[in-house]
Amino acid sequence: MTDFPDSTAGHRAGPSVPDTAADGPPPAAPPADPADLTRTGAAVGEPAPAGSKAPTAFLEVRDLKVHFPTDDGIVKSVDGLSFSLEKGRTLGIVGESGSGKSVTSLAIMGLHRASRQQRSKVDMSGEIWLDGKELVGADPDEVRRLRGREMAMIFQDPLSALHPYYTVGSQIVEAYRVHHAVDKKTARKRAVEMLDRVGIPQPDKRVDDHPHQFSGGMRQRAMIAMALVNNPELLIADEPTTALDVTVQAQILDLIRDLQKEFGSAVVIITHDLGVVAELADQLLVMYGGRCIERGPAEKVFSEPQHPYTWGLLGSMPRIDREQTDRLIPVKGSPPSLINVPSGCAFNPRCPYADVPEDDLTRTVRPELRQVDHGGTPADEGVAGGGGHFAACHMAPEERARIWTEEIAPKL
Amino acid sequence: MTETEETGVVAGTTDESAAPLLRVRGLVRHFPITKGLLKRQVGAVQAVDGIDFEVRPGETLGVVGESGCGKSTMGRLITRLDEPTGGTIEFEGRDITHLPPGKLRPMRRDVQMIFQDPYGSLNPRHTIGGIVGTPFRLQGVEPEGGLKKEVQRLLELVGLSPEHYNRYPHEFSGGQRQRIGIARALALKPKLVVADEPVSALDVSIQAQVVNLMDDLQDELGLTYVIIAHDLSVIRHVSDRIAVMYLGKIVELADRKSLYEAPMHPYTKALLSAVPVPDPKRRTQRDRILLKGDVPSPIDPPSGCRFRTRCWKATEVCATTEPPLVALRTGHEVACHHPENAPDGARDDEPAKTA
Ligand SMILES: Nc1ncnc2c1ncn2[C@@H]1O[C@H](COP(=O)(O)OP(=O)(O)OP(=O)(O)O)[C@@H](O)[C@H]1O
Ligand SMILES: Nc1ncnc2c1ncn2[C@@H]1O[C@H](COP(=O)(O)OP(=O)(O)O)[C@@H](O)[C@H]1O
Ligand code: SF4
Ligand code: SF4
Ligand SMILES: [Mg+2]
Ligand SMILES: [Mg+2]
Repeated sequence: MTDFPDSTAGHRAGPSVPDTAADGPPPAAPPADPADLTRTGAAVGEPAPAGSKAPTAFLEVRDLKVHFPTDDGIVKSVDGLSFSLEKGRTLGIVGESGSGKSVTSLAIMGLHRASRQQRSKVDMSGEIWLDGKELVGADPDEVRRLRGREMAMIFQDPLSALHPYYTVGSQIVEAYRVHHAVDKKTARKRAVEMLDRVGIPQPDKRVDDHPHQFSGGMRQRAMIAMALVNNPELLIADEPTTALDVTVQAQILDLIRDLQKEFGSAVVIITHDLGVVAELADQLLVMYGGRCIERGPAEKVFSEPQHPYTWGLLGSMPRIDREQTDRLIPVKGSPPSLINVPSGCAFNPRCPYADVPEDDLTRTVRPELRQVDHGGTPADEGVAGGGGHFAACHMAPEERARIWTEEIAPKL
Repeated sequence: MTETEETGVVAGTTDESAAPLLRVRGLVRHFPITKGLLKRQVGAVQAVDGIDFEVRPGETLGVVGESGCGKSTMGRLITRLDEPTGGTIEFEGRDITHLPPGKLRPMRRDVQMIFQDPYGSLNPRHTIGGIVGTPFRLQGVEPEGGLKKEVQRLLELVGLSPEHYNRYPHEFSGGQRQRIGIARALALKPKLVVADEPVSALDVSIQAQVVNLMDDLQDELGLTYVIIAHDLSVIRHVSDRIAVMYLGKIVELADRKSLYEAPMHPYTKALLSAVPVPDPKRRTQRDRILLKGDVPSPIDPPSGCRFRTRCWKATEVCATTEPPLVALRTGHEVACHHPENAPDGARDDEPAKTA
């Protein structure tokens, strides 16, 4: 799963996907029906559909779909996701386990097609624009060159990114030399500098340690040092602090914040912890069942959340910054299977308001993201970024505003 | 190899009249580190190193602390799943510290444990009925109305369906498996339930379901809980009193309100300030204490106060004298020479040279 072995050991693409793309049918508009997607498997490697323009945002994801065909059926891990992000800004993606967060981040990094262990097939469609280049249809070698230099990733488990047999220093040196033609000595100096920058004490000595000689927090720092060694413009952090204690978590979040200030990169932070995103994110995207159900400026999403699932997340969490509540307000049931996503609104089996919209709309028609603060105009998936606040729910905005202020907010 | 040195005098802990359900004194668990063929002992992991506390009937005692500070070890000791190196454990006034397995049986009914991992703690080859019925078989108890009926009643109690009786663990979600673990723990109507990270492996929305369930069961069945967790928000929500652990010691023990509103131990203060708050507006106004470095190794803990290597208030006495856990206010015990929110115990001491 790591960038490092991939970039050093040379790249071999997943078995079937590029072939399909090469001999596949001529490019067509993105299939409307997911069944189509499986049949052709062709979305990968296709040029961007006609009419799509390069975006102005630094990172823009448009209608991204990542489906895994398995023996039990198609796992629709990401099923139509759009967002954009400017440099110097932080996007937080929250959602429960299995909602598609990691699959999204691996898709941006181009790792679904690159990973050698990946035996299963993956169907990807949509567009991912990074600094004016489209990545879904790009040559995997091109994406590999961007990885580690223009974009880098930190993972939940540092041991998955750090090789146990090599010293921490040599791995950072490698990551640097892949993208910079410098001698070993210069690269080593850079490695020590990076370890120092992320707060490893005595970096000139610790540079020769193996990962197991580091504590959990230090390994996380070492991985961040490795991810940042080439000053990437996009940093994706997938649950960067989930395995850490709060005091170490605070150190790491602080570090990410500082580094971003210093380098002005775009940061995507993925987590299930609303507290962590509130610490870092300017923009917030809430995922449920492979789709975005609410997105907007972080302050807005926290102060006037629009979607019943977002309310559920907030009600489930005991809060240290508030008066003690008597009871938590859980969401009933459990997250959906991504093989059998409920029809209509994926949240409907768990939603206390599923019967509010008339004609059983909630169970038959999938709600699209609509802008909350602009009279409910649909989200223009092409220019998905900006400061707008969007939610995907059939209830009328006035109805939701009333429920939030009268029924939910007072109990939190 | 045993060190039963009592740490600190617990001065006039409480005015609670009820006799404690569980009383722990000077509890120690050292895991020996051996080397070579002869298994010569070269050191010890001082996982739990002299702790004192009581659990009162009907209350929830929360235990927090960073990874590796000895929470789970403490939990395994008080449920007698592990043998202490030193100290005493009294349950309902009876010393159970070294009871042999045969004599432990009645106590095993009264004290039950819920584990962190809802996947690993259930045998995948046994049906739900078999799993929840195990405690009856182990104890040779024949429930009134028959085993199956009783197990089905327990399943209903924890919000599962009696029809789940013949299904297997893999058919259940994490939250449901945790409910199964709870049903099993409650089978023999225990008095004390020790729950080690009961919700940390669960998704937030499911966490809340399990927290509420445990709360209801406590009211309904008059249970006493010791709940171990690293999440300070969860601990605040569920606990009446809270013990904060650091490197094998309890450094602060207080009722919920005092602990969260006026923590006395610098470590507690740092822990609380580090909790991320789900409110973006507040992130600029908080003064967060960023601790340096990591928790030292429990094989070779610092002399004196174990927190001194990361403490911003450390002075010379902190390196030489271990601060005892004492009650500085009624019901609020702390082990620190220079406590917060209380008069300093060593005001004129020289600042520490390092740290
Ligand atoms: N069987 C054992 N042999 C040797 N060392 C052990 C053993 N069990 C635990 N330890 C050590 O004792 C210390 C305390 O462990 P414990 O599992 O109690 O921590 P904890 O507070 O529950 O941590 P976490 O929050 O990570 O669950 C750790 O340093 C651990 O590595
Ligand atoms: N290679 C794969 N093959 C099949 N299913 C997968 C694969 N990778 C991920 N999934 C599924 O996709 C869904 C989303 O996964 P993920 O993005 O990892 O969730 P999370 O939001 O917890 O990060 C899950 O149901 C997961 O099981
Ligand atoms: S669309 Fe219906 S089910 Fe979905 S969140 Fe809105 S009210 Fe609930
Ligand atoms: S005893 Fe000293 S080192 Fe320990 S917590 Fe108190 S002030 Fe800090
Ligand atoms: Mg993930
Ligand atoms: Mg533990």
